[in-house]
Amino acid sequence: MYKIVAKEEVAPYIYKVEVEAPLVAEKAKPGQFIIVIPDENGERVPFTISDWSSEKGTITFYFLIAGVSTQKMRRMKTGERFHAVVGPLGKPATIEKEGEVFIGGGCFGIGAIYPIVRAHKEAGCHVTCAVEGRSKEVLYNLEKLKRASHHFIVCTSDGRGDLKGKVHDALSKLVGEGKVFKRAYFIGCSYMMMVCSLEAKKYEIPTYVALNPIMVDGTGMCGACRVSVGGETKFACVHGPEFDGALVDWKELLSRNAAYCKYEIEAMQYKSEMKLREVEG
Amino acid sequence: MSKNPLLAELEMKKTLSPRERMKIPRQPMPEQHPKVRARNFKEVPLGYDPDTARVEALRCLNCTVPQCVKGCPVGVKIPEFISLIAQGKFGEAARKIKETNSLPAVCGRVCPQEVQCESKCVLSKKGEPVAIGRLERFCADYERTHNLVEWPKRAPPTGKKVAIIGSGPAGLTAAGDLIKLGHEVTIFEALHKPGGVLIYGIPEFRLPKEIVEAEVDYLLRLGVELRLNTVVGPVKTVKELMLKDGYHAVFIGVGAGLPIFLGIPGENLCGVYSANEYLTRSNLMKAYLHPENDTPVIKGKNVIVVGGGNVAMDCVRTAMRLGAEKVYCVYRRAREEMPARAEEIEHAAQEGVKFKLLTNPVRIIGDEKGWVKGMEVIKMKLGEPDESGRRRPLPIPGSEYVIETDLVVISIGAGANPLLTSTMPDLKLNKWGYIVTDEEGRTSVPGVWAGGDIVTGAATVILAAGAGKKAALSIHNWLMKGGKKEDWPKIE
Repeated sequence: MYKIVAKEEVAPYIYKVEVEAPLVAEKAKPGQFIIVIPDENGERVPFTISDWSSEKGTITFYFLIAGVSTQKMRRMKTGERFHAVVGPLGKPATIEKEGEVFIGGGCFGIGAIYPIVRAHKEAGCHVTCAVEGRSKEVLYNLEKLKRASHHFIVCTSDGRGDLKGKVHDALSKLVGEGKVFKRAYFIGCSYMMMVCSLEAKKYEIPTYVALNPIMVDGTGMCGACRVSVGGETKFACVHGPEFDGALVDWKELLSRNAAYCKYEIEAMQYKSEMKLREVEG
Repeated sequence: MSKNPLLAELEMKKTLSPRERMKIPRQPMPEQHPKVRARNFKEVPLGYDPDTARVEALRCLNCTVPQCVKGCPVGVKIPEFISLIAQGKFGEAARKIKETNSLPAVCGRVCPQEVQCESKCVLSKKGEPVAIGRLERFCADYERTHNLVEWPKRAPPTGKKVAIIGSGPAGLTAAGDLIKLGHEVTIFEALHKPGGVLIYGIPEFRLPKEIVEAEVDYLLRLGVELRLNTVVGPVKTVKELMLKDGYHAVFIGVGAGLPIFLGIPGENLCGVYSANEYLTRSNLMKAYLHPENDTPVIKGKNVIVVGGGNVAMDCVRTAMRLGAEKVYCVYRRAREEMPARAEEIEHAAQEGVKFKLLTNPVRIIGDEKGWVKGMEVIKMKLGEPDESGRRRPLPIPGSEYVIETDLVVISIGAGANPLLTSTMPDLKLNKWGYIVTDEEGRTSVPGVWAGGDIVTGAATVILAAGAGKKAALSIHNWLMKGGKKEDWPKIE
């Protein structure tokens, strides 16, 4: 189990992995996540499920190199096995027939957003999908998202896409042109989701975001992933990961997500030191 | 090795009179020195050697009506196993315990003997009780380390399949009994290591993980199948286990597993943990080995642990071992009301933990970056007894002050985790979300039993193990009678 069937660097620092996990593939729904443990000494790290095939018994997810665990995953090759893949966890995304919806993705979220886009289209929504990146070279998954949506916008900072700017710029442009969205949905890094949620709030568009706080067990047992939503403490692993973007305490989330930076650096230094010793004999 | 002189002297006599037995002093437990152990994760008590164990065993009066057995939640045949130890038959002694308790090496370490078996020992009326827990631990360790574990005869296969959900003390006990009775047994575990609270909750220095691994290994060698990383409920429902996967009976032993917070301002600051998170990081994820192991745990300099139970004691002692300079236990009642075992409180105090009793947190104070920097507390006094029989703590107005801290651990209990139960609409729960069962552990769903903390609320290892044992027998009886729905009682 948990064998890596395919692995590819789709953009700088962003990888796509297809892994054997038949139990997850059988039950996965849009918006749910898995916990991956790279090796025996590894952390339990959550990733949004991007695609799955119950026939093949595999699931696909994207990850961004961020710390020790994702560095380990980067080095693992097709045919190797993760120590564990647990899921599907979390509540499935809310998918309703709501007319015009706007779905935005950035960073690893460009991969994670796919099932949300697909499900909204299948539910009969008219889907505008926007993705953002510095330039076209850091974007990926574009053909798949284009097929899954009605209107697809590539936003780049260098202006070589459909729009110069970011996802929230695309949203404000469309609203300015008179488009009325019944729902917005964002997946990406916390900062991107915050900026987009604030933009959507300006136009009073109800917004969902899929939060990505640090987790340990992922089953509601430890409370590591607690977030404040509308003044209430919620556990992202069991009450989420989907929450109302207008109600999330973003400042708290951003600071909690950065809580272990010091330890990450310490771990990286330790690993490179070990590697150096190995090389030097 | 030279013989223990006291044992040599006692052995000179053919028989020992009760008076002579009562003269033998309770044998002390060798321990790591507090200064040394407060900075390492190795086990604190080192265990009796065979001679010391025999001397201690000779203190037992072998009462005709043994009171100690009445004090044991699972009725271990205490005088019988102690008498076997006195005779030097250590392996047999361990097997005698295992007739009623499958996890003696665990229970010998973590049972609150001072309020159970040992509190009833007649010797405690005139002096100190027989060290039943230490003897239990001794013979279980001796059996394991001397390869004396006997392979039980498995009954002929019954053709019945039983699913056990959760691999904590309840699940492991139920699995062991059911496999011996000839059933096919599968344990489903949500985490990546088996053992439940024995692995993620109780620290290495109180319960070495190799003991839990040996217990699990024993079950696997008996033929129990173990499926890790399988969260029954969201990933696979109990209904699917029974209808699709062909399990004839299911035992739910998932534990409590929901952290409770204080509900005061500042609880979501960085540097505030639930006891579950703190201990899971340290124990299950072995964060105390960071950066060699990948999972980090915040190492505080001034650590505050809120709560007075055994879990709180595990947290304060873990904080010491992770290198804290000051560790405070903040508890709103007095020492007499602390639910933790006396031994745990003593150990913590010896290791340098400071107790701030009759003190209650008011709010947690953060810095501009969102990190905890202090906790405001208020002094308390004790009023009239409340529904728990303990005197109700009342705040003393104007007594607030701030303790400087960089790590807070909230250890005020656990609730019922709804992840599994919420996927079973027919399962009757009480108002706190715990599963309702009868004496045998039968739930409102035919073919489904439950036991341990998910039925009783947070309790002890031995009670969970006892519930697993009772349920196993009930499951066996029901399956052997044909497993008919008509035989299922109405559970309200």
